[in-house]
Amino acid sequence: MAEPLLELRNLRKAYGALVVTDNVSLSVTPGELHAVIGPNGAGKTTLIHQISGMLPSDTGSILFGGEDITSLPMPQRVRRGLARSFQITSILPGFSALENVALAVQARSGSSFRLFGKAAQEKNLNDPAMECLSQVGLAARAHVPAGLLSHGEKRQLELAIGLATEPKLLLLDEPLAGTGHEESLRVVETLRRLKGRLTIVLIEHDMEAVFALADRVSVLVYGRVLATDTPGRIRENPDVRAAYLGEEELV
Amino acid sequence: MTELVQTEPSPAPSLGTRVEIVPIFLFAAFAAAPLLATVSGAEGYVLSLLTRVMIFGIAAMALDLILGYGALVSFGHAAFLGLGGYAVGILASHGIDDALVQVPVALAASALFALVTGAISLRTKGVYFIMITLAFGQMLYFLATSLAAYGGDDGMTLPSRSLVAGFSVLKSDFTFYWICLLCLLGTYAFSRAVVASRFGRVLRGTRDNATRMEAIGFRPFRFQLTAYVISGMMTGLAGCLLANQAEFVSPAFMTWQRSGELIFMVVLGGLGSLHGAIIGAAAFLLLEEFLPEILHAASFFLSDEVRDHLAENWKMVFGPLLILVVLFARGGIMGLLRRPRHG
Ligand SMILES: Nc1ncnc2c1ncn2[C@@H]1O[C@H](COP(=O)(O)OP(=O)(O)OP(=O)(O)O)[C@@H](O)[C@H]1O
Ligand SMILES: [Mg+2]
Repeated sequence: MAEPLLELRNLRKAYGALVVTDNVSLSVTPGELHAVIGPNGAGKTTLIHQISGMLPSDTGSILFGGEDITSLPMPQRVRRGLARSFQITSILPGFSALENVALAVQARSGSSFRLFGKAAQEKNLNDPAMECLSQVGLAARAHVPAGLLSHGEKRQLELAIGLATEPKLLLLDEPLAGTGHEESLRVVETLRRLKGRLTIVLIEHDMEAVFALADRVSVLVYGRVLATDTPGRIRENPDVRAAYLGEEELV
Repeated sequence: MTELVQTEPSPAPSLGTRVEIVPIFLFAAFAAAPLLATVSGAEGYVLSLLTRVMIFGIAAMALDLILGYGALVSFGHAAFLGLGGYAVGILASHGIDDALVQVPVALAASALFALVTGAISLRTKGVYFIMITLAFGQMLYFLATSLAAYGGDDGMTLPSRSLVAGFSVLKSDFTFYWICLLCLLGTYAFSRAVVASRFGRVLRGTRDNATRMEAIGFRPFRFQLTAYVISGMMTGLAGCLLANQAEFVSPAFMTWQRSGELIFMVVLGGLGSLHGAIIGAAAFLLLEEFLPEILHAASFFLSDEVRDHLAENWKMVFGPLLILVVLFARGGIMGLLRRPRHG
Protein backbone atom coordinates (compact mmCIF):
# COMPACT_ATOMS: atom_id res chain seq x y z
CA MET A 1 0.00 0.00 0.00
CA ALA A 2 1.19 3.51 -0.78
CA GLU A 3 2.45 5.85 1.94
CA PRO A 4 -0.66 7.25 3.69
CA LEU A 5 -1.59 10.86 2.97
CA LEU A 6 -3.14 11.27 6.39
CA GLU A 7 -2.24 9.29 9.42
CA LEU A 8 -3.75 9.58 12.89
CA ARG A 9 -1.80 8.03 15.72
CA ASN A 10 -3.48 7.38 19.06
CA LEU A 11 -5.47 10.58 18.90
CA ARG A 12 -7.40 11.49 22.02
CA LYS A 13 -9.75 14.24 23.11
CA ALA A 14 -11.77 14.44 26.29
CA TYR A 15 -14.26 16.94 27.66
CA GLY A 16 -13.88 16.42 31.37
CA ALA A 17 -14.75 12.80 31.99
CA LEU A 18 -16.29 12.36 28.56
CA VAL A 19 -13.75 10.83 26.19
CA VAL A 20 -14.91 11.91 22.77
CA THR A 21 -11.95 10.71 20.73
CA ASP A 22 -10.54 7.59 22.28
CA ASN A 23 -7.15 6.49 21.03
CA VAL A 24 -8.02 6.81 17.35
CA SER A 25 -5.50 5.53 14.83
CA LEU A 26 -6.43 5.74 11.21
CA SER A 27 -4.69 6.08 7.90
CA VAL A 28 -6.02 7.49 4.66
CA THR A 29 -4.26 6.49 1.47
CA PRO A 30 -3.79 8.93 -1.41
CA GLY A 31 -6.71 9.00 -3.82
CA GLU A 32 -9.15 7.06 -1.70
CA LEU A 33 -12.55 8.14 -0.51
CA HIS A 34 -12.57 7.15 3.11
CA ALA A 35 -15.94 7.29 4.80
CA VAL A 36 -16.30 7.64 8.55
CA ILE A 37 -19.66 6.52 9.87
CA GLY A 38 -21.03 6.16 13.34
CA PRO A 39 -24.10 6.89 15.42
CA ASN A 40 -24.96 10.42 16.60
CA GLY A 41 -22.52 11.64 19.17
CA ALA A 42 -19.88 9.09 18.19
CA GLY A 43 -17.29 11.87 17.93
CA LYS A 44 -17.07 12.23 14.14
CA THR A 45 -17.26 16.01 14.05
CA THR A 46 -14.82 16.26 16.93
CA LEU A 47 -12.39 14.10 14.99
CA ILE A 48 -12.71 16.39 11.95
CA HIS A 49 -12.11 19.40 14.21
CA GLN A 50 -8.94 17.78 15.47
CA ILE A 51 -7.66 16.83 12.03
CA SER A 52 -8.40 20.29 10.61
CA GLY A 53 -6.79 22.04 13.56
CA MET A 54 -9.88 23.74 14.94
CA LEU A 55 -9.55 21.79 18.17
CA PRO A 56 -6.28 20.79 19.84
CA SER A 57 -5.85 17.11 20.65
CA ASP A 58 -5.02 15.98 24.18
CA THR A 59 -2.51 13.38 23.05
CA GLY A 60 -1.55 11.57 19.89
CA SER A 61 -0.29 12.89 16.60
CA ILE A 62 -1.50 13.77 13.13
CA LEU A 63 0.72 13.23 10.10
CA PHE A 64 -0.09 14.75 6.76
CA GLY A 65 2.01 13.78 3.77
CA GLY A 66 4.50 12.29 6.22
CA GLU A 67 4.89 15.52 8.19
CA ASP A 68 3.76 16.00 11.77
CA ILE A 69 1.09 18.71 11.75
CA THR A 70 -0.27 18.06 15.24
CA SER A 71 0.57 21.53 16.53
CA LEU A 72 -0.04 23.56 13.36
CA PRO A 73 -2.93 26.03 13.46
CA MET A 74 -5.80 25.55 11.02
CA PRO A 75 -4.79 28.17 8.40
CA GLN A 76 -1.39 26.57 7.99
CA ARG A 77 -2.90 23.13 7.57
CA VAL A 78 -5.16 24.55 4.88
CA ARG A 79 -2.15 25.92 3.07
CA ARG A 80 -0.60 22.47 3.06
CA GLY A 81 -3.66 21.12 1.33
CA LEU A 82 -5.95 20.05 4.14
CA ALA A 83 -9.39 21.58 3.66
CA ARG A 84 -12.66 20.93 5.43
CA SER A 85 -16.36 21.61 5.25
CA PHE A 86 -18.60 22.14 8.23
CA GLN A 87 -21.55 20.07 9.40
CA ILE A 88 -23.27 23.27 10.45
CA THR A 89 -22.97 25.45 7.36
CA SER A 90 -20.28 28.07 7.82
CA ILE A 91 -20.25 30.64 5.06
CA LEU A 92 -20.07 34.41 4.74
CA PRO A 93 -23.79 35.20 4.44
CA GLY A 94 -23.32 38.80 3.36
CA PHE A 95 -20.99 37.96 0.49
CA SER A 96 -22.15 36.57 -2.85
CA ALA A 97 -21.61 32.88 -3.50
CA LEU A 98 -18.89 33.84 -5.94
CA GLU A 99 -17.09 36.03 -3.40
CA ASN A 100 -17.22 33.25 -0.81
CA VAL A 101 -15.31 31.05 -3.21
CA ALA A 102 -13.11 33.84 -4.59
CA LEU A 103 -11.86 34.52 -1.07
CA ALA A 104 -10.62 30.95 -0.87
CA VAL A 105 -8.86 31.43 -4.21
CA GLN A 106 -7.41 34.68 -2.86
CA ALA A 107 -6.16 32.90 0.26
CA ARG A 108 -3.90 30.63 -1.74
CA SER A 109 -2.93 33.29 -4.29
CA GLY A 110 -0.78 34.66 -1.50
CA SER A 111 -1.03 38.42 -1.74
CA SER A 112 -3.85 39.54 0.48
CA PHE A 113 -2.14 42.63 1.86
CA ARG A 114 -2.94 44.63 -1.25
CA LEU A 115 -4.68 47.77 -0.10
CA PHE A 116 -5.74 48.94 -3.54
CA GLY A 117 -7.66 47.53 -6.47
CA LYS A 118 -11.18 46.17 -6.31
CA ALA A 119 -10.89 42.55 -5.20
CA ALA A 120 -14.43 41.76 -6.34
CA GLN A 121 -13.49 42.54 -9.92
CA GLU A 122 -10.29 40.54 -10.17
CA LYS A 123 -10.65 38.11 -13.02
CA ASN A 124 -7.81 35.90 -11.84
CA LEU A 125 -9.74 35.32 -8.61
CA ASN A 126 -13.24 35.17 -10.05
CA ASP A 127 -12.53 32.78 -12.90
CA PRO A 128 -11.18 29.93 -10.78
CA ALA A 129 -13.96 30.63 -8.28
CA MET A 130 -16.57 30.35 -11.02
CA GLU A 131 -14.97 27.10 -12.11
CA CYS A 132 -15.41 25.67 -8.59
CA LEU A 133 -19.02 26.83 -8.48
CA SER A 134 -19.64 25.11 -11.81
CA GLN A 135 -18.18 21.90 -10.46
CA VAL A 136 -20.80 21.78 -7.72
CA GLY A 137 -23.57 23.06 -9.99
CA LEU A 138 -23.96 26.51 -8.47
CA ALA A 139 -22.68 28.66 -11.32
CA ALA A 140 -26.13 30.08 -12.04
CA ARG A 141 -26.37 31.33 -8.47
CA ALA A 142 -22.93 32.91 -8.34
CA HIS A 143 -24.15 36.44 -7.69
CA VAL A 144 -26.77 35.63 -5.07
CA PRO A 145 -25.81 36.64 -1.52
CA ALA A 146 -24.83 33.39 0.16
CA GLY A 147 -27.24 34.00 3.01
CA LEU A 148 -30.16 33.86 0.57
CA LEU A 149 -29.25 30.48 -0.91
CA SER A 150 -31.40 27.48 -0.05
CA HIS A 151 -30.06 25.11 2.57
CA GLY A 152 -29.03 22.59 -0.04
CA GLU A 153 -27.29 25.25 -2.10
CA LYS A 154 -25.37 26.38 0.95
CA ARG A 155 -24.14 22.80 1.36
CA GLN A 156 -22.97 22.87 -2.24
CA LEU A 157 -21.29 26.22 -1.62
CA GLU A 158 -19.41 24.72 1.33
CA LEU A 159 -18.08 22.11 -1.05
CA ALA A 160 -17.10 24.70 -3.65
CA ILE A 161 -15.24 26.76 -1.04
CA GLY A 162 -13.35 23.66 0.05
CA LEU A 163 -12.42 22.87 -3.54
CA ALA A 164 -11.21 26.41 -4.15
CA THR A 165 -8.45 25.99 -1.59
CA GLU A 166 -7.03 23.33 -3.95
CA PRO A 167 -6.78 20.67 -1.28
CA LYS A 168 -4.94 17.40 -1.44
CA LEU A 169 -7.32 16.10 1.19
CA LEU A 170 -10.87 17.25 1.68
CA LEU A 171 -12.60 16.58 4.99
CA LEU A 172 -16.36 16.63 4.47
CA ASP A 173 -18.60 16.70 7.54
CA GLU A 174 -22.01 15.46 6.42
CA PRO A 175 -22.24 17.30 3.10
CA LEU A 176 -25.69 15.79 2.53
CA ALA A 177 -27.16 16.80 5.89
CA GLY A 178 -30.55 18.38 5.36
CA THR A 179 -30.40 18.50 1.57
CA GLY A 180 -33.39 17.60 -0.57
CA HIS A 181 -33.41 14.45 -2.66
CA GLU A 182 -32.33 16.09 -5.91
CA GLU A 183 -29.69 18.26 -4.30
CA SER A 184 -28.29 15.25 -2.53
CA LEU A 185 -28.08 13.38 -5.84
CA ARG A 186 -26.21 16.32 -7.28
CA VAL A 187 -23.71 16.38 -4.41
CA VAL A 188 -23.17 12.62 -4.68
CA GLU A 189 -22.58 13.07 -8.40
CA THR A 190 -20.05 15.84 -7.68
CA LEU A 191 -18.24 13.66 -5.16
CA ARG A 192 -18.13 10.80 -7.64
CA ARG A 193 -16.43 13.11 -10.13
CA LEU A 194 -13.95 14.38 -7.55
CA LYS A 195 -13.13 10.90 -6.40
CA GLY A 196 -9.72 9.78 -7.54
CA ARG A 197 -8.60 13.33 -8.31
CA LEU A 198 -8.68 14.14 -4.65
CA THR A 199 -8.41 12.26 -1.39
CA ILE A 200 -11.61 12.59 0.58
CA VAL A 201 -12.62 11.83 4.14
CA LEU A 202 -16.39 11.72 4.13
CA ILE A 203 -18.56 11.75 7.21
CA GLU A 204 -22.09 10.89 6.28
CA HIS A 205 -25.23 9.41 7.78
CA ASP A 206 -26.73 8.64 4.37
CA MET A 207 -25.68 5.00 4.05
CA GLU A 208 -26.78 4.73 0.46
CA ALA A 209 -24.35 7.49 -0.47
CA VAL A 210 -21.59 6.09 1.73
CA PHE A 211 -21.73 2.61 0.26
CA ALA A 212 -21.99 3.98 -3.27
CA LEU A 213 -18.95 6.23 -2.92
CA ALA A 214 -16.53 4.89 -0.36
CA ASP A 215 -13.42 2.86 -1.08
CA ARG A 216 -13.03 2.16 2.60
CA VAL A 217 -15.23 2.75 5.60
CA SER A 218 -14.26 3.35 9.23
CA VAL A 219 -16.85 2.91 11.91
CA LEU A 220 -16.59 5.18 14.92
CA VAL A 221 -18.52 4.31 18.08
CA TYR A 222 -18.09 6.16 21.39
CA GLY A 223 -14.94 7.76 20.04
CA ARG A 224 -13.33 4.46 19.13
CA VAL A 225 -12.64 3.02 15.71
CA LEU A 226 -14.59 -0.21 15.67
CA ALA A 227 -13.46 -1.34 12.25
CA THR A 228 -11.92 -0.09 9.01
CA ASP A 229 -12.61 -2.07 5.88
CA THR A 230 -14.14 -2.13 2.42
CA PRO A 231 -17.83 -1.25 2.29
CA GLY A 232 -18.76 -4.85 1.52
CA ARG A 233 -16.98 -6.29 4.51
CA ILE A 234 -18.12 -3.51 6.84
CA ARG A 235 -21.68 -4.42 5.98
CA GLU A 236 -21.06 -8.02 7.02
CA ASN A 237 -19.08 -7.15 10.16
CA PRO A 238 -20.97 -8.48 13.20
CA ASP A 239 -19.55 -5.85 15.59
CA VAL A 240 -20.69 -3.09 13.30
CA ARG A 241 -24.12 -4.62 12.93
CA ALA A 242 -24.36 -4.85 16.70
CA ALA A 243 -23.31 -1.24 17.17
CA TYR A 244 -25.90 -0.08 14.69
CA LEU A 245 -28.68 -2.35 15.93
CA GLY A 246 -31.78 -0.26 16.41
CA GLU A 247 -29.87 2.80 15.23
CA GLU A 248 -29.95 2.82 11.48
CA GLU A 249 -30.35 0.39 8.66
CA LEU A 250 -27.13 -0.80 7.14
CA VAL A 251 -28.18 -1.20 3.53
CA MET B 1 -36.37 22.27 -7.61
CA THR B 2 -37.22 24.01 -10.84
CA GLU B 3 -39.38 26.52 -8.98
CA LEU B 4 -36.43 27.28 -6.81
CA VAL B 5 -34.40 28.29 -9.80
CA GLN B 6 -37.17 30.42 -11.25
CA THR B 7 -37.93 32.35 -8.08
CA GLU B 8 -34.31 33.24 -7.50
CA PRO B 9 -33.94 36.77 -6.25
CA SER B 10 -32.14 39.05 -8.64
CA PRO B 11 -28.59 39.71 -7.52
CA ALA B 12 -28.77 42.43 -4.92
CA PRO B 13 -27.07 45.53 -6.26
CA SER B 14 -24.29 46.47 -3.90
CA LEU B 15 -25.36 49.04 -1.33
CA GLY B 16 -22.35 51.06 -2.28
CA THR B 17 -23.63 52.01 -5.70
CA ARG B 18 -27.13 52.80 -4.50
CA VAL B 19 -26.23 55.38 -1.89
CA GLU B 20 -23.24 56.86 -3.66
CA ILE B 21 -25.14 60.11 -3.81
CA VAL B 22 -24.72 60.57 -0.06
CA PRO B 23 -20.93 61.07 0.01
CA ILE B 24 -21.10 63.33 -3.05
CA PHE B 25 -23.71 65.47 -1.35
CA LEU B 26 -21.72 65.41 1.89
CA PHE B 27 -18.48 66.64 0.36
CA ALA B 28 -20.30 69.19 -1.78
CA ALA B 29 -21.84 70.55 1.43
CA PHE B 30 -18.43 70.82 3.08
CA ALA B 31 -17.07 72.56 -0.01
CA ALA B 32 -19.95 75.04 -0.11
CA ALA B 33 -19.94 75.78 3.61
CA PRO B 34 -17.19 78.44 3.65
CA LEU B 35 -19.21 80.53 1.19
CA LEU B 36 -22.22 80.31 3.46
CA ALA B 37 -20.03 81.06 6.43
CA THR B 38 -19.05 84.34 4.81
CA VAL B 39 -22.63 85.46 4.38
CA SER B 40 -23.71 84.22 7.80
CA GLY B 41 -21.82 86.98 9.51
CA ALA B 42 -20.42 84.59 12.14
CA GLU B 43 -17.68 83.43 9.82
CA GLY B 44 -15.06 82.47 12.40
CA TYR B 45 -17.54 80.53 14.50
CA VAL B 46 -19.06 78.58 11.61
CA LEU B 47 -15.68 77.75 10.11
CA SER B 48 -14.20 76.56 13.36
CA LEU B 49 -17.26 74.45 14.17
CA LEU B 50 -17.23 72.80 10.73
CA THR B 51 -13.48 72.30 10.88
CA ARG B 52 -13.97 70.39 14.11
CA VAL B 53 -16.71 68.38 12.45
CA MET B 54 -14.35 67.37 9.65
CA ILE B 55 -11.52 66.51 12.02
CA PHE B 56 -13.77 64.32 14.12
CA GLY B 57 -15.13 62.95 10.87
CA ILE B 58 -11.65 61.67 10.04
CA ALA B 59 -11.28 60.12 13.48
CA ALA B 60 -14.74 58.52 13.42
CA MET B 61 -14.14 57.19 9.92
CA ALA B 62 -10.83 55.71 11.05
CA LEU B 63 -12.68 53.99 13.87
CA ASP B 64 -15.35 52.79 11.44
CA LEU B 65 -12.63 51.08 9.44
CA ILE B 66 -11.99 48.65 12.28
CA LEU B 67 -15.37 48.82 14.04
CA GLY B 68 -17.68 48.72 11.06
CA TYR B 69 -15.54 46.57 8.80
CA GLY B 70 -13.67 44.54 11.37
CA ALA B 71 -16.09 44.38 14.32
CA LEU B 72 -13.24 45.53 16.58
CA VAL B 73 -14.68 47.75 19.28
CA SER B 74 -11.73 49.89 20.26
CA PHE B 75 -12.60 51.87 23.37
CA GLY B 76 -9.28 53.66 23.44
CA HIS B 77 -9.18 55.39 20.10
CA ALA B 78 -8.94 58.86 21.59
CA ALA B 79 -5.38 57.90 22.55
CA PHE B 80 -4.44 58.40 18.92
CA LEU B 81 -6.01 61.85 18.89
CA GLY B 82 -3.77 62.58 21.85
CA LEU B 83 -0.70 61.12 20.20
CA GLY B 84 -1.25 63.29 17.12
CA GLY B 85 -1.96 66.33 19.22
CA TYR B 86 1.00 65.89 21.55
CA ALA B 87 3.36 65.16 18.65
CA VAL B 88 2.48 68.58 17.28
CA GLY B 89 2.57 70.26 20.70
CA ILE B 90 5.79 68.73 21.98
CA LEU B 91 7.67 69.26 18.73
CA ALA B 92 6.39 72.83 18.49
CA SER B 93 7.55 73.57 22.04
CA HIS B 94 11.02 72.53 20.95
CA GLY B 95 10.88 74.82 17.98
CA ILE B 96 10.07 72.15 15.41
CA ASP B 97 6.97 73.77 14.03
CA ASP B 98 6.72 72.44 10.51
CA ALA B 99 3.86 70.05 9.70
CA LEU B 100 6.13 68.24 7.27
CA VAL B 101 8.05 66.98 10.30
CA GLN B 102 5.25 66.94 12.86
CA VAL B 103 2.79 64.90 10.85
CA PRO B 104 5.21 62.10 9.92
CA VAL B 105 6.32 61.91 13.55
CA ALA B 106 2.69 61.79 14.69
CA LEU B 107 1.90 59.06 12.17
CA ALA B 108 4.94 57.03 13.18
CA ALA B 109 4.11 57.36 16.87
CA SER B 110 0.51 56.35 16.22
CA ALA B 111 1.59 53.40 14.11
CA LEU B 112 4.00 52.20 16.77
CA PHE B 113 1.46 52.57 19.56
CA ALA B 114 -1.15 50.77 17.45
CA LEU B 115 1.27 48.00 16.58
CA VAL B 116 2.24 47.31 20.17
CA THR B 117 -1.15 47.71 21.83
CA GLY B 118 -2.93 46.05 18.91
CA ALA B 119 -0.64 43.03 19.00
CA ILE B 120 -1.62 42.56 22.63
CA SER B 121 -5.31 43.57 22.47
CA LEU B 122 -6.08 41.50 19.40
CA ARG B 123 -5.20 38.32 21.27
CA THR B 124 -8.43 38.88 23.16
CA LYS B 125 -12.01 38.99 21.94
CA GLY B 126 -15.28 40.74 22.71
CA VAL B 127 -15.54 42.49 26.05
CA TYR B 128 -11.89 41.79 26.84
CA PHE B 129 -10.80 43.59 23.70
CA ILE B 130 -12.94 46.59 24.67
CA MET B 131 -11.49 46.62 28.18
CA ILE B 132 -7.88 46.24 27.15
CA THR B 133 -8.07 49.00 24.53
CA LEU B 134 -9.69 51.16 27.19
CA ALA B 135 -6.82 50.35 29.56
CA PHE B 136 -4.19 51.28 26.98
CA GLY B 137 -6.05 54.51 26.27
CA GLN B 138 -6.12 55.36 29.96
CA MET B 139 -2.45 54.55 30.24
CA LEU B 140 -1.62 57.18 27.67
CA TYR B 141 -4.04 59.63 29.28
CA PHE B 142 -2.28 59.35 32.63
CA LEU B 143 1.07 59.60 30.94
CA ALA B 144 -0.04 62.89 29.40
CA THR B 145 -1.27 64.25 32.73
CA SER B 146 2.12 63.50 34.23
CA LEU B 147 4.09 65.34 31.54
CA ALA B 148 4.80 68.36 33.73
CA ALA B 149 7.16 69.82 31.15
CA TYR B 150 4.30 69.90 28.67
CA GLY B 151 1.59 71.32 30.86
CA GLY B 152 0.58 68.22 32.80
CA ASP B 153 -3.12 68.24 33.57
CA ASP B 154 -3.63 71.65 32.04
CA GLY B 155 -2.10 70.90 28.69
CA MET B 156 -0.25 73.49 26.69
CA THR B 157 -0.96 76.25 24.24
CA LEU B 158 0.75 76.05 20.87
CA PRO B 159 2.92 79.06 20.00
CA SER B 160 1.14 79.13 16.64
CA ARG B 161 -0.36 76.79 14.08
CA SER B 162 2.09 74.52 12.28
CA LEU B 163 4.00 75.84 9.33
CA VAL B 164 3.87 74.00 6.04
CA ALA B 165 7.29 73.88 4.37
CA GLY B 166 8.18 77.02 6.27
CA PHE B 167 5.05 78.98 5.31
CA SER B 168 2.42 79.91 7.85
CA VAL B 169 -0.43 79.03 5.51
CA LEU B 170 -2.54 77.43 8.24
CA LYS B 171 -2.90 80.75 9.99
CA SER B 172 -5.90 81.62 7.88
CA ASP B 173 -9.01 79.81 9.10
CA PHE B 174 -10.12 79.50 5.50
CA THR B 175 -6.94 77.78 4.36
CA PHE B 176 -7.00 75.56 7.41
CA TYR B 177 -10.57 74.62 6.58
CA TRP B 178 -9.58 73.63 3.05
CA ILE B 179 -6.62 71.62 4.30
CA CYS B 180 -8.90 69.74 6.68
CA LEU B 181 -11.37 69.10 3.88
CA LEU B 182 -8.53 67.80 1.74
CA CYS B 183 -7.44 65.48 4.54
CA LEU B 184 -11.01 64.28 5.00
CA LEU B 185 -11.40 63.63 1.29
CA GLY B 186 -8.03 61.93 1.09
CA THR B 187 -8.60 59.64 4.06
CA TYR B 188 -12.10 58.88 2.80
CA ALA B 189 -10.86 57.92 -0.68
CA PHE B 190 -8.06 55.87 0.87
CA SER B 191 -10.44 54.07 3.22
CA ARG B 192 -12.88 53.33 0.43
CA ALA B 193 -10.07 51.76 -1.58
CA VAL B 194 -8.85 49.73 1.38
CA VAL B 195 -12.30 48.40 2.14
CA ALA B 196 -12.82 47.16 -1.42
CA SER B 197 -9.31 45.77 -1.80
CA ARG B 198 -8.14 42.22 -1.24
CA PHE B 199 -7.08 43.26 2.22
CA GLY B 200 -10.42 44.86 2.99
CA ARG B 201 -12.28 41.81 1.80
CA VAL B 202 -10.36 39.63 4.24
CA LEU B 203 -11.13 42.10 7.02
CA ARG B 204 -14.84 42.08 6.16
CA GLY B 205 -14.85 38.31 5.88
CA THR B 206 -13.25 37.99 9.30
CA ARG B 207 -15.89 40.28 10.76
CA ASP B 208 -18.64 38.03 9.38
CA ASN B 209 -17.13 34.64 10.19
CA ALA B 210 -13.59 34.31 11.48
CA THR B 211 -13.71 30.51 11.61
CA ARG B 212 -14.61 30.31 7.95
CA MET B 213 -11.69 32.59 7.10
CA GLU B 214 -9.29 30.39 9.03
CA ALA B 215 -10.74 27.34 7.32
CA ILE B 216 -9.75 28.74 3.93
CA GLY B 217 -6.26 29.57 5.10
CA PHE B 218 -6.28 33.12 6.45
CA ARG B 219 -4.75 34.14 9.75
CA PRO B 220 -7.13 36.91 10.85
CA PHE B 221 -4.75 38.38 13.42
CA ARG B 222 -2.36 39.87 10.86
CA PHE B 223 -5.14 41.53 8.95
CA GLN B 224 -6.81 42.90 12.03
CA LEU B 225 -3.51 44.24 13.32
CA THR B 226 -2.76 45.95 10.01
CA ALA B 227 -6.23 47.51 10.00
CA TYR B 228 -5.69 48.63 13.58
CA VAL B 229 -2.44 50.33 12.63
CA ILE B 230 -4.00 52.06 9.62
CA SER B 231 -6.90 53.22 11.75
CA GLY B 232 -4.58 54.46 14.48
CA MET B 233 -2.52 56.46 12.00
CA MET B 234 -5.58 58.09 10.50
CA THR B 235 -6.79 59.04 13.97
CA GLY B 236 -3.30 60.36 14.72
CA LEU B 237 -3.60 62.62 11.68
CA ALA B 238 -6.93 63.88 13.05
CA GLY B 239 -5.11 64.58 16.32
CA CYS B 240 -2.54 66.77 14.50
CA LEU B 241 -5.36 68.75 12.91
CA LEU B 242 -7.26 69.03 16.17
CA ALA B 243 -4.25 70.48 17.98
CA ASN B 244 -3.84 73.02 15.20
CA GLN B 245 -7.52 73.85 15.19
CA ALA B 246 -7.58 74.52 18.93
CA GLU B 247 -3.96 75.77 19.01
CA PHE B 248 -3.90 73.81 22.24
CA VAL B 249 -3.34 70.27 23.42
CA SER B 250 -4.27 68.69 26.71
CA PRO B 251 -4.94 65.26 28.22
CA ALA B 252 -8.62 66.00 27.56
CA PHE B 253 -7.89 64.96 23.95
CA MET B 254 -7.72 61.38 25.09
CA THR B 255 -10.18 60.84 27.90
CA TRP B 256 -12.16 57.62 27.77
CA GLN B 257 -15.26 59.75 27.33
CA ARG B 258 -13.76 60.99 24.08
CA SER B 259 -13.19 57.39 22.98
CA GLY B 260 -16.80 56.67 23.81
CA GLU B 261 -17.93 59.67 21.81
CA LEU B 262 -16.01 58.41 18.79
CA ILE B 263 -17.78 55.05 19.04
CA PHE B 264 -21.03 56.92 19.37
CA MET B 265 -20.41 58.98 16.27
CA VAL B 266 -19.79 55.83 14.25
CA VAL B 267 -22.88 54.06 15.56
CA LEU B 268 -24.98 57.19 15.19
CA GLY B 269 -23.98 57.58 11.57
CA GLY B 270 -24.26 53.91 10.79
CA LEU B 271 -21.58 51.23 10.97
CA GLY B 272 -19.60 50.20 7.96
CA SER B 273 -20.13 52.88 5.34
CA LEU B 274 -17.29 55.34 6.14
CA HIS B 275 -19.28 58.43 5.10
CA GLY B 276 -21.83 57.38 7.74
CA ALA B 277 -19.15 57.97 10.34
CA ILE B 278 -18.57 61.49 9.02
CA ILE B 279 -22.30 62.17 9.13
CA GLY B 280 -22.38 60.72 12.64
CA ALA B 281 -19.57 63.02 13.74
CA ALA B 282 -21.40 65.98 12.24
CA ALA B 283 -24.71 65.06 13.85
CA PHE B 284 -23.06 64.51 17.22
CA LEU B 285 -21.08 67.75 17.28
CA LEU B 286 -23.87 69.88 15.85
CA LEU B 287 -26.40 68.48 18.30
CA GLU B 288 -23.96 69.06 21.13
CA GLU B 289 -23.58 72.64 19.92
CA PHE B 290 -27.17 73.52 19.20
CA LEU B 291 -29.24 71.29 21.45
CA PRO B 292 -29.51 73.97 24.17
CA GLU B 293 -30.97 76.45 21.67
CA ILE B 294 -33.14 73.82 20.05
CA LEU B 295 -34.53 72.81 23.41
CA HIS B 296 -35.15 76.40 24.35
CA ALA B 297 -37.02 77.04 21.12
CA ALA B 298 -38.94 73.78 21.16
CA SER B 299 -40.24 74.30 24.68
CA PHE B 300 -41.90 77.64 23.90
CA PHE B 301 -45.12 76.50 25.58
CA LEU B 302 -43.41 76.14 28.97
CA SER B 303 -42.58 78.81 31.49
CA ASP B 304 -39.35 80.74 31.00
CA GLU B 305 -37.84 79.26 34.10
CA VAL B 306 -38.40 75.69 32.94
CA ARG B 307 -37.08 76.58 29.48
CA ASP B 308 -33.87 77.95 30.94
CA HIS B 309 -33.50 74.88 33.08
CA LEU B 310 -33.98 72.65 30.08
CA ALA B 311 -31.45 74.54 27.99
CA GLU B 312 -28.95 74.49 30.83
CA ASN B 313 -29.30 70.79 31.45
CA TRP B 314 -29.40 69.87 27.78
CA LYS B 315 -27.19 66.86 28.44
CA MET B 316 -30.14 65.26 30.22
CA VAL B 317 -31.86 65.25 26.85
CA PHE B 318 -28.78 64.55 24.76
CA GLY B 319 -28.07 61.16 26.35
CA PRO B 320 -31.56 59.69 26.03
CA LEU B 321 -31.83 61.14 22.52
CA LEU B 322 -28.70 59.26 21.46
CA ILE B 323 -30.01 56.09 23.04
CA LEU B 324 -33.29 56.44 21.18
CA VAL B 325 -31.49 56.88 17.88
CA VAL B 326 -29.43 53.75 18.46
CA LEU B 327 -32.48 51.75 19.55
CA PHE B 328 -34.91 52.84 16.89
CA ALA B 329 -32.74 53.74 13.96
CA ARG B 330 -30.81 50.53 13.48
CA GLY B 331 -28.07 51.23 11.03
CA GLY B 332 -27.88 54.81 12.27
CA ILE B 333 -28.44 57.78 10.02
CA MET B 334 -27.18 55.86 6.98
CA GLY B 335 -29.78 53.21 7.78
CA LEU B 336 -32.49 55.86 7.67
CA LEU B 337 -31.19 57.20 4.39
CA ARG B 338 -31.20 53.73 2.87
CA ARG B 339 -34.55 52.53 4.06
CA PRO B 340 -36.97 54.39 1.78
CA ARG B 341 -35.25 52.95 -1.27
CA HIS B 342 -35.90 49.41 -0.22
CA GLY B 343 -39.16 49.38 -2.26
N1 LIG C 1 -17.48 21.47 23.48
C1 LIG C 1 -17.96 20.31 23.98
N2 LIG C 1 -18.05 20.16 25.31
C2 LIG C 1 -18.52 19.00 25.85
N3 LIG C 1 -18.94 17.96 25.11
C3 LIG C 1 -18.88 18.06 23.77
C4 LIG C 1 -18.39 19.24 23.14
N4 LIG C 1 -18.45 19.06 21.81
C5 LIG C 1 -18.94 17.84 21.62
N5 LIG C 1 -19.21 17.22 22.79
C6 LIG C 1 -19.73 15.87 22.96
O1 LIG C 1 -18.89 15.00 22.28
C7 LIG C 1 -19.62 13.94 21.70
C8 LIG C 1 -19.29 13.81 20.23
O2 LIG C 1 -19.78 14.93 19.54
P1 LIG C 1 -19.60 15.06 17.97
O3 LIG C 1 -20.25 16.33 17.55
O4 LIG C 1 -18.18 14.88 17.61
O5 LIG C 1 -20.43 13.81 17.44
P2 LIG C 1 -20.81 13.41 15.96
O6 LIG C 1 -20.36 12.02 15.78
O7 LIG C 1 -20.33 14.40 14.98
O8 LIG C 1 -22.39 13.44 16.04
P3 LIG C 1 -23.45 13.78 14.88
O9 LIG C 1 -23.61 12.55 14.09
O10 LIG C 1 -24.68 14.10 15.67
O11 LIG C 1 -22.94 14.94 14.12
C9 LIG C 1 -21.08 14.23 21.97
O12 LIG C 1 -21.49 13.45 23.07
C10 LIG C 1 -21.09 15.70 22.33
O13 LIG C 1 -22.11 15.97 23.23
MG1 LIG D 1 -21.17 15.68 13.67
